[in-house]
Order: sequence, then structure tokens, then C-alpha cells
Amino acid sequence: MPKRIIAGIQKVGHRTIEGIRRLGHATLFFLLVLLKSGTSLRRFNLVVRELYYVGVLSLIIIVVSGLFVGMVLGLQGYETLQKYGSESAVGTLVALSLVRELGPVVAALLFASRAGSAITAEIGLMKATEQLSAMGMMAVDPVARVVAPRFWAGVISMPLLAAIFSVMGIFGGYLVAVVFIGVDAGSFWSQMQSNVDFRIDILNGFIKSCFFGVAVTAIAVFEGYDSPPTAEGVSGATTRTVVTSSLVILGLDFILTAFMFRGL
Amino acid sequence: MMTAETLVEISDLNFSYDTRAILNGVNMTMKRGQVIAIMGGSGSGKTTLLKLIGGEVTPSSGYVKVSGQVIHELNRDALFAMRRKMGMLFQFGALFTDLSVFDNVAFQMREHSDLPESMIRDLVLMKLHAVGLRGAHRLMPAQLSGGMSRRVALARSIALDPMLMMFDEPFTGLDPISLSVIGSLIRRLTDALEMTSIIVTHDVQESLSIVDYVYFIADGVIAAHGTPEEVKVSKAPFVHQFVHGETDGPVPFHYPAQTYLKDLQLEKTVA
Repeated sequence: MPKRIIAGIQKVGHRTIEGIRRLGHATLFFLLVLLKSGTSLRRFNLVVRELYYVGVLSLIIIVVSGLFVGMVLGLQGYETLQKYGSESAVGTLVALSLVRELGPVVAALLFASRAGSAITAEIGLMKATEQLSAMGMMAVDPVARVVAPRFWAGVISMPLLAAIFSVMGIFGGYLVAVVFIGVDAGSFWSQMQSNVDFRIDILNGFIKSCFFGVAVTAIAVFEGYDSPPTAEGVSGATTRTVVTSSLVILGLDFILTAFMFRGL
Repeated sequence: MMTAETLVEISDLNFSYDTRAILNGVNMTMKRGQVIAIMGGSGSGKTTLLKLIGGEVTPSSGYVKVSGQVIHELNRDALFAMRRKMGMLFQFGALFTDLSVFDNVAFQMREHSDLPESMIRDLVLMKLHAVGLRGAHRLMPAQLSGGMSRRVALARSIALDPMLMMFDEPFTGLDPISLSVIGSLIRRLTDALEMTSIIVTHDVQESLSIVDYVYFIADGVIAAHGTPEEVKVSKAPFVHQFVHGETDGPVPFHYPAQTYLKDLQLEKTVA
């Protein structure tokens, strides 16, 4: 019995050490990517190409989800607010929830599952089929040529996608509250205008989405580059990207919110 | 006079993964214009040897010298400069799947030179012509057969006219026609470009017909070496078994195990 307990403790210890080792490895890799970003900035067309795959192709899911989330917010908000006779505040409710929280967070979660997983799978498969080794043997650094452009494309796309998500959400809220239910359009927009602050709400939401962009793409490129060169390895890495990114987004969101809106 | 011709010199090379020895005191000399085959069973350390020559891994001791420079002592920039003079054909081609055949061959020219696009176009078509695939330059790698992708990969690896070409199992999984096409291409390109070609392979018949010299590796050491003629008539047990593909000989058929009877639990354990 004690032997089994000791073995169990050893296992926990081993996993912890392994986790910390991987975290250190990931941090070093992240610094390496930043260090080798010169090529991406000099040859920006490499990043533009990835912007298409990472950003433009994610538009559909972002636009449609944003619209529906906004519509639900409008519906729920109206139902609750009308009990207190303040249904004209539904515009403020929709806008503040989207710009402060749902825009950056939900867009980042969708981005992780749509673009993050694709980045991991692509880099992982390039590794498994020896394309990265071949590149290295051709005296071209794969971190500079393959990883860094994808990283920057993700970092640039994320805030833009979050902004589009919020705009579509507000439009969805407007559709439900004003067009379908019949809340006064003037009060819907004017209350929103007077209650949403550029610095506190919009800028903070933007800063959040930048953080999420860096986190999700850094995780995605690391998992891809670090994945074992087998079918099983790549599939495991893709799953890890989505799971880890989602947890990091939610955890980071709490920390950032605490700093931004409570001034901790 | 001899040293002037020598392109690759491997001296007392040792390499181990963790504690497992892969290569043990390997010595080789390769001259310009030669096609050299390195043969051995699966897992005998052949591919590792190519990685050591290309500087992908560092030896535990000993050295690999390419045109007079010790590979593992080069810094990153010098190693990359050296690699521009080397070509490597990976087992399954390793073409960039997101680029067309044309862009794959043009890749190195675009990365390493400021040549105008019109000149790159001419050079790419010339390289593709050399492997007989000029007409396929618009295709994507997914549209190519195994033999064709390896020929495109060959065109890509000779894009900058290397002095040293390395081929990792170039014959694996090819039909007999593609196999002899690749074989004769390796010979012809080596002669035309005056380079040195190293072929890692276990295809005995095809490689013996095109190479100048053969090294046999078994368990990390050079078991035998010689010209194809010497090898064909060799009486050394390992070479004989390998060249004639016999199942029994110095290379055992069975992976090391406890006795068969014990594994089947038929052997009475003595109390």
C-alpha cells in the first residue's frame, strides 16, 4: 500500500516538473519567435498571406456568432429591463456587455477553435512531413519563415475580429430590441452613446483582445512546433491548443478585468 | 592531391541518443564527383549520419568535415552558409504542400538571392526540365505521384547547384520505372554538376548499378566497404547476407528476446 502511495506522489511530482519544464520551454520559444520576427516585418507580404488564412477565413464564424449573441442579449435584456420600466437602457446593456466582455472573450474563444487549431495542425503536419527540416536544410530558418508570420497574423487579426464581433452584436441587439420589439431607436442609441466611455470601455476591451491574440497564437504556434511528428501527436497538440487557449483566455480575462475595472 | 579532391571527411565519429550509441567510430572519405551509397538495415544509424553531415545534430565525439570545415564547430550563420552548398532529398520529398511545384523549386532562389523574377522563372524551368517535369510546374504537390514528388524535390534541392547532395532513402516505395528514373537522375546530375552524392538506402540492386563506392553500416559501425564490384563478390558474411537478401546470417531475424519456450510458458521453472 505505501508503495502505491509513493508511486502516486512520484507521478504527481513528475507531472508537475514536466509541466513546469514545458512552460519554460514555451516561454523560450515565445522569445525566440519575437527575436526572429525581423523577416516578417521586412517581408510583410508573408504576414499578409497568413492574415487571410487566420483572419479573413475566421470572419464568417465571428460575424454570425456576434449577431446571434447580440440578438440574445437584446431579448434577455429587454425581458429583464422592462420589469423596471427601463427598456430604453437595453442599448447600453448590449453595448457594454459586448465591448467590455463578450466581444473580446467570445471572439477569442472562437478564434482559438477556428484559427488556433488550424495553425497548430498546419505547423505540426509540416513538421511531421519533414517540411520544417527540409527548410532548415535549405538554410532558411523555419521559426522566422513559418512560425513568426503566423504569430503576427494572429496578433493583428484578434483585436479586429473582436471589434467586428462587438459591432455585429450591437447590430443584433438593435434588430431585436428596436426593429422587432419596438424600443425607441432614439433612446436606444443615445443612451448607448452617453453610457459607453471610450477609454474605460472600448479601449480596455481592445487591450483585452490584444492580450488574447498574443496568448492564443503563441500557444497555437508552440503546440504545433512542439508536437510529436505523428498523426497522434498532431491531433493531441490541436486539442491541447483549444483547451489551453480557452482556459488561458478565461483566466486572463479575470485578471485583466480586475486590473481595469477595479483598479487593483 | 588526394586531399584537394576530398569533399567530405568523417573521422572517428561517435553519436548517441541519451545513453544509446547510434554510431561508433565511423570513418569515411568522399571525393568530388562520386556517388556513395551508405547501406544498412533499418535503424542502423544511416539517417543519423546524414543529419550529422547536415549539422542537424552534434556528434558526441569525432567530426565531420565538409570542404575542409568541421561542421559542428561552425556558428549558426556559417552553418547556414554551408547548407546553401548542400542539398538534401528527404524520404518522401518533403515538398511544401502550400506552394505549387514551380514555387517549391523557386523557394531557395527567392530566399537566398535577389534574382529578378524572369530569371528565376528560366532557372526553375531548367531545373524542372532536368528531372523531366517542366510540364508539371503549375501543379500542386497533392496532385503528384510519389515518384513525381521525389523528382520535384530533387529539382528543388539542386536549385542552387550544390556541391554535396544527400539522399535519404530515395528509392523507397517507388515502382520499378520511377525507381530507375530516380537512380539514373542521381548519377547524371552528379556527373553534370560535378557534385558529391551520398545515398542512404537499402535498395541493393538499384544502388549498386549507379554508385562508385559502398559503405555498409551495422550496429553503428562500418561492417564493410568497397566498390560495387568488390561488394558483389564479397565473401564477408554480413555483405553476402545483405546483398543477396538472405533471412539468416550475422543479422538475426529475431529481435532479442527470452527463449521461445519461456515466452509461451512451456518451460518448467526449476524450483
